[in-house]
Amino acid sequence: MAAPRVTSGLQRVLLMLKNVHFKSGYHIVASRKQYSTVYDPNEKTFEKILIANRGEIACRIIKTCKKMGIKTVAVHSDVDSSAVHVKMADEAVCVGPAPTSKSYLNMDAIMEAIRKTRAEAVHPGYGFLSENKEFAKRLAAEGVTFIGPDTHAIQAMGDKIESKLIAKNAKVNTIPGFDGVVKDTDQAISIAREIGYPVMIKASAGGGGKGMRIAWNDEETREGFRFSSQEAASSFGDDRLLIEKFIDNPRHIEIQVLADKHGNALWLNERECSIQRRNQKVIEEAPSTFLDPNTRKQMGEQAVSLAKAVKYSSAGTVEFLVDSQRNFYFLEMNTRLQVEHPITECITGLDLVQEMIRIAKGYKLHLKQADIPIKGWAIESRVYAEDPYKSFGLPSIGRLSQYIEPRNLTNVRVDSGIKEGSDISIYYDPMISKLVTYGSTRADALQQMVEALDNYVIRGVTHNISLLREILVHPRFVKGDISTKFLPEVYPDGFKGHQLSDNGRRELLATAACLYVALQLRSRRFLGNQRVSTSHKEQNRWELSLNLDKDTHVVTVFSTGSLFTVELDGKRLNVTSEWNLASALLPVTIDGTQRTMQCLSRDASGNVSLQYLGTVFKIQVLNRKAADLNKHMPEKVPEDSGSILRSPMPGSVVAVSVKPGDMVSEGQEICVIEAMKMQNSMTAARTAKVKTVHCKAGDTVAEGDILIELGMD
Amino acid sequence: MAALATLRSASSLFGGYRFIYKNLVAAHSHVWDSVRPNLHLQQRWYAVSHLSVQERIDKKREAARLGGGQARIDAQHKRGKLTARERVELLLDPDTFVEYDMFVEHRCSDFGMDAAQNKYPGDSVVTGQGRINGRLVYVFSQDFTVYGGSLSGAHAQKICKIMDQAVLVGAPVIGLNDSGGARIQEGVESLAGYADIFLRNVLVSGVVPQISLIMGPCAGGAVYSPALTDFTFMVKDTSYLFITGPDVVKSVTNEDVTQEELGGAKTHTAVSGVAHRAFENDVEALLNLREFFNFLPLSNKDPAPVMECHDPSDRLVPGLDTVVPFESTKAYDMLDIIHGIVDERDFFEIMPNYAKNIVVGFARMNGRTVGIVGNQPKVASGCLDINSSVKGARFVRFCDAFNIPIITFVDVPGFLPGTAQEYGGIIRHGAKLLFAFAEATVPKITIITRKAYGGAYDVMSSKHLRGDVNYAWPSAEVAVMGAKGAVQIIFRGKENQAEAEAEYVETFANPFPAAVRGFVDDIIQPSSTRMRICRDLEVLVNKRQTNPWKKHANIPL
Repeated sequence: MAAPRVTSGLQRVLLMLKNVHFKSGYHIVASRKQYSTVYDPNEKTFEKILIANRGEIACRIIKTCKKMGIKTVAVHSDVDSSAVHVKMADEAVCVGPAPTSKSYLNMDAIMEAIRKTRAEAVHPGYGFLSENKEFAKRLAAEGVTFIGPDTHAIQAMGDKIESKLIAKNAKVNTIPGFDGVVKDTDQAISIAREIGYPVMIKASAGGGGKGMRIAWNDEETREGFRFSSQEAASSFGDDRLLIEKFIDNPRHIEIQVLADKHGNALWLNERECSIQRRNQKVIEEAPSTFLDPNTRKQMGEQAVSLAKAVKYSSAGTVEFLVDSQRNFYFLEMNTRLQVEHPITECITGLDLVQEMIRIAKGYKLHLKQADIPIKGWAIESRVYAEDPYKSFGLPSIGRLSQYIEPRNLTNVRVDSGIKEGSDISIYYDPMISKLVTYGSTRADALQQMVEALDNYVIRGVTHNISLLREILVHPRFVKGDISTKFLPEVYPDGFKGHQLSDNGRRELLATAACLYVALQLRSRRFLGNQRVSTSHKEQNRWELSLNLDKDTHVVTVFSTGSLFTVELDGKRLNVTSEWNLASALLPVTIDGTQRTMQCLSRDASGNVSLQYLGTVFKIQVLNRKAADLNKHMPEKVPEDSGSILRSPMPGSVVAVSVKPGDMVSEGQEICVIEAMKMQNSMTAARTAKVKTVHCKAGDTVAEGDILIELGMD
Repeated sequence: MAALATLRSASSLFGGYRFIYKNLVAAHSHVWDSVRPNLHLQQRWYAVSHLSVQERIDKKREAARLGGGQARIDAQHKRGKLTARERVELLLDPDTFVEYDMFVEHRCSDFGMDAAQNKYPGDSVVTGQGRINGRLVYVFSQDFTVYGGSLSGAHAQKICKIMDQAVLVGAPVIGLNDSGGARIQEGVESLAGYADIFLRNVLVSGVVPQISLIMGPCAGGAVYSPALTDFTFMVKDTSYLFITGPDVVKSVTNEDVTQEELGGAKTHTAVSGVAHRAFENDVEALLNLREFFNFLPLSNKDPAPVMECHDPSDRLVPGLDTVVPFESTKAYDMLDIIHGIVDERDFFEIMPNYAKNIVVGFARMNGRTVGIVGNQPKVASGCLDINSSVKGARFVRFCDAFNIPIITFVDVPGFLPGTAQEYGGIIRHGAKLLFAFAEATVPKITIITRKAYGGAYDVMSSKHLRGDVNYAWPSAEVAVMGAKGAVQIIFRGKENQAEAEAEYVETFANPFPAAVRGFVDDIIQPSSTRMRICRDLEVLVNKRQTNPWKKHANIPL
C-alpha cells in the first residue's frame, strides 16, 4: 500500500499541454472568478509538493498546485486509502493506521514519504503538523521547504505566553490579566483568583478553541484544569496550560496577514468569526459588519507589526477579541492557513495557497497594501457531521449514502474532501465541507447561502444544516448583532430546530399532502399490459389526515395534473412541482413562493420526513379511512429514558467512574466519552443506584449504545 | 377473550381445533338480546308477517355487516385490532370490494347451533375480490367477532370458492387470518374444510401469488394454510402462530413460555423463519401490504410489473466505487449497495431479521420488479449456513415461479463450518439454494462484489448455473478458498508462508482468473452497475428458457 502511485501517461501529457498553454502569457486562473490572482508560469516554484494533511484542505491545496503545474503527493492513513485527496494527487503514500498519532502526526513516516517521493516542499494545511516546530526543523534539516513561516515564528507564536510578550513589545493591544504556565490544580485556582473570574483555561500548545474551557468559580477551574490538561496531553502531547482573563460577550475578529521573506507584510482585511459553539467556529464572514475603516486599519497595522516583529513569512492570522466599544485585544497568532481562508480569498481575489507557495520559494509579494480590496461580501458555513440538537453539535458518524453539493448555483464555493460513499469516521474531524457564498452585498451572500443550504443533499450522517440555516435568517445575525455568545443567548435551552410559523406549517403540511397524493397516483401507473382496471376514474379528490407534532390536521387535496390545490385550516393553497419522486430535492411552488424541500424518507405507513427551511420534520399522512381506523391502534410504550444512559455519539470510552450498586446523584459524572478529540462527560439524569454498567474504559461505542442503566430507587 | 383463554388450554397437536365456546347459547344470549334484537324479531316475524324479500335481503346484509355484533366489534377494537371488514376496506382501493357469499350460514345443527340466533349471515369470514392500485386481488378476511373466527365447513367453502376463482382468472389471493381455530361443534366437517383449503393452497402455489397476513391468533392445524402460502406477514403484539399453545407446551415439555415468546411476531420473524416480516399494527400492516402487492405480478402468466419510474436508468452511483473496504477482512453493508442501485432506494426486504447473513427482497430497476439476493458481509462474514440457504432458496423459487428477474450480489467466504451445521444438514439445505438457482429460468444477473470462494461461488447464481450476465467488480476474488488456507495446502512445508500467501493473493485474489475463462462476462466499475443491470434487463426481457419435461423436480427437502 505504501507504493507511490505514478501519474498515468495521459495525465502527464495533459499536464504538459496545460503548461504549453500557460507559456503563451499570463493566465488568469479564475474558475467562476474565484481568484483574480495572476499565475505566472515563468515563475518557477517547486516541481513537487507533498501535502501533509487530509480532507478538504488537502484537496484545496492540490487544486492550486495543479493550477501552478506542480506535482502533488498525498499522504494518507490506511482507512483513507480511497479518499478524495488521495485520488486527486499525482502520488499517494500510506503513512500508517487510522489514529492520527500513527499517521498524519507520524513525522517519521511522513519524512520517509518525502524522501521516497522526492518532494521538494511540504504544505501542512491546518491542524496536524502545521504548527509543529519540530516538523519544520526536521524538514529544514533535510533541505525540504516548509510552506509556512520559519521555525522561529512558529515557536514564538505557538507559545501563548511568549507570543503575548512579543505582541506587547510590538505595541499590539493584549488581554489584561495575562499569566503563566500552570502546574497543578491549586496553582490553577490561585491564578484564576488573582486574575478574577471569569477565566479561560486552555492548552498552551493548542490552537483554535480545542481544549479551551471557561471557569466562573474554583470548582469549574478545577474541572477545567483536569479536562484541558487531559485533552492537551492526548491532542498535543504537551499538557501545559494557560489561564487568562475571559472577556465577556466579545466578538472574535481576525486579521489575515501575508508576509514574504523580504520584510514585506500585508493585511488582507478581517474575518468575523464570532458565531461559535464550544469555542469552535460555525459561521464566518468577511468583512465584519462591526468594524469601521479606522478600527480595521488599526487592527491590520498591529497585525502587520506583529508579523514583522517575528520576521513572519507566509500566510498567518492574528486573532483579536473585540469588545462592544470596539476595543480589540490580541488573542493569538495562527501561523498557518486558516480553515476559513476562502472568505478572504473571495473578497480580495487572492489565492492564499498560491501566495504561500510563492513566498516559500522566496519570491516577493507582488502586491502593495493599497492593492488589497474588499470586493463584496463572503460568508462561510462549516457543514459538520454532527447533531446540532445536542449542545449545538455532537459528532455523528456514518457513510454518506447520498451526497450532492449545491455547485450548480452561482457564487457558491464548496471546499470539501469527501464524496458520495465516503465514511465520516470517529478518527478525524467531522467537518463535511466549507460552504462559501459571496455576493456584492451581505444580503446577496446571505440569500445565496440560504439557497445553497436548501439545495445541499447530505444523507447517511446527521448534519448541522438546520442550525446553520436558522442562524443565517435570525434577525440578530441579519442585523450583524452578534458575539461569541450568540448561540447560547439565542438558544438558551439548546437548539430545537426551526420553529414553524402558522404559514410555515401550512406550507409544510400542504407539501407533505401533495407528495402523498403524487405517490398514490404514481403507484397505480403500471406500464404495459398490467391488467389495471380501467373502469375506475383516476381519483382527483383526496381527504387526508396529517399528523405533525401530535397535532392532527384534516386536509383535502384536489389534483389536476401536476397542480394540486390544498384545503387546510380553512385556507386554499396552490402547490405545483414536477413531483420527481426519485430526486433528493423537492422543489415546490406554494402560492407563488418557491421552496426547495428535501424528502429524506417515506414509507408505506404514510410517514414522510421533509427537510423544510433546513429542519427535518416528521409527518404522518393517512387517508381519512386509515386515520379513522388508526384510532383503534394501541400505543406502543417507549422506554424510560431517565433510567438509561445512552452514548449520544460514537466514540471511545475514556473512563467509567461508577460501578454497579453505586449511588449517583443527579448531574454526577458517570463516564467520559471521547470522540473527535473532544472529551464529553456523561452525567446521571437523576439520583439513583447504578443497576448495570455496559461499558468499560477503552470500549468503542456507537451512538445510542446503552452505557449505564440506573435502578428505580 | 374466551376464545383466547380456551386456546391456551388446547392440548392436542391440532390443539386449536379443540376450541370451545362453553355454554354457547347461554353465554351469549344476553349479549344477543341487547345487541341484535332485530334478528330475534325477524326470526319470529317470518312466520307471521309478509316481510318482502327485499326487506329480508336488506336485513340479512345489515346483519352480515355487523358480524358478531357491536359488543364484539368493540372488544376487537379494544384489543387494538380492526374488524374483518375494516381490514378489507383498508386493504383495497375505495369502493372496489365485491363481496361473495354474504348469505352463507353455517350448517351445523348439533349443540343447539341451528338455533336462529346462533347463525350469522356470512358466517365467520368475509370473502370477495377487489382492487389494489387498480389490480385485481381475491381476499378473505376471517371475522373474529363471529365464533372467534373459527373455521366451519361454510367458512372453508367460502375461502375455497374465491381461491378457485382466483386461479381461473389469474389473480393473487390474500388471506387476513384472525381465527381461534376449528369450529369444534362441527367436528370433522371443520377438519375437512381445512384440508380443502390446504389442497388449494398447494395447487395454487406457483400459479398465483398467495399472501397471508396474520392479524390475530392462528393456531393448530390452521397454521398450515399460511405456511403453504408464498408470504406470511404478522402484526406485532396481536398475532400468534403456533401448533400448540403455552399450556400444552407446559404439560408436555414442562417449558414455561408466553404466547408472545412461543409464536409472536418476533419469534417467527427472527427465530423460526416462519413469517417473512412483521408490522407495528393492523393499519400499518395493511398499508404495507398494498405497497408489497405492487411488486408482484398477478399470476405466473403475467410478466413482472413495470411501474412509472423517475430514477434515471443510466444513473451512476459514485458511492459504490468505495463501498468495498480495502482490507478484504473488513465488513461492509450489502444494503448500501442494494439501496444505491435500485430505483429510488426503495427496497422491500423479506425476512430482514432472520438469517441476516443473506439479504433478500424486492426492488425495481427502471420500474421493473426484480428480486434481489445478496450475501451480507456485515453478518457472519456473509457465509452461507442452513438458515440463509433455505431463506435464499425459497425466495429464488418464488421469483422464478412468477417471472421476476433475479439480481444476485455475491460476497461469500463459503459455507459455515462446524458440527452444528453438519449435524443440522447443511449439505441438504445448502443444496436447496443450489437447486433453486440452477433450475431458475428467469433472467439472472450476478455481480461478484468481493469474495466468491469455494462451492458457495458455484451456488450463488454463477455462470455455470446458467447466469445470464455475470459481472465482477475490480475487488472480486474468485477462488477455491482464502489465501491462508490455500497456502497451507499448496505450499505445505514452505518456510516463508507470508511470501507464499502473497503469491497466492497475486494469482487468485482478483477477478482475472474467472474473467479469462469467461466465467464472468466483464469486470465493471462499481459505479456503473445500475446502468448495466438496467440495460441487461431490457435485453433479457424476452428470455425464454425451458427445463426438460418432468412431472416435478425433486428438490432436496
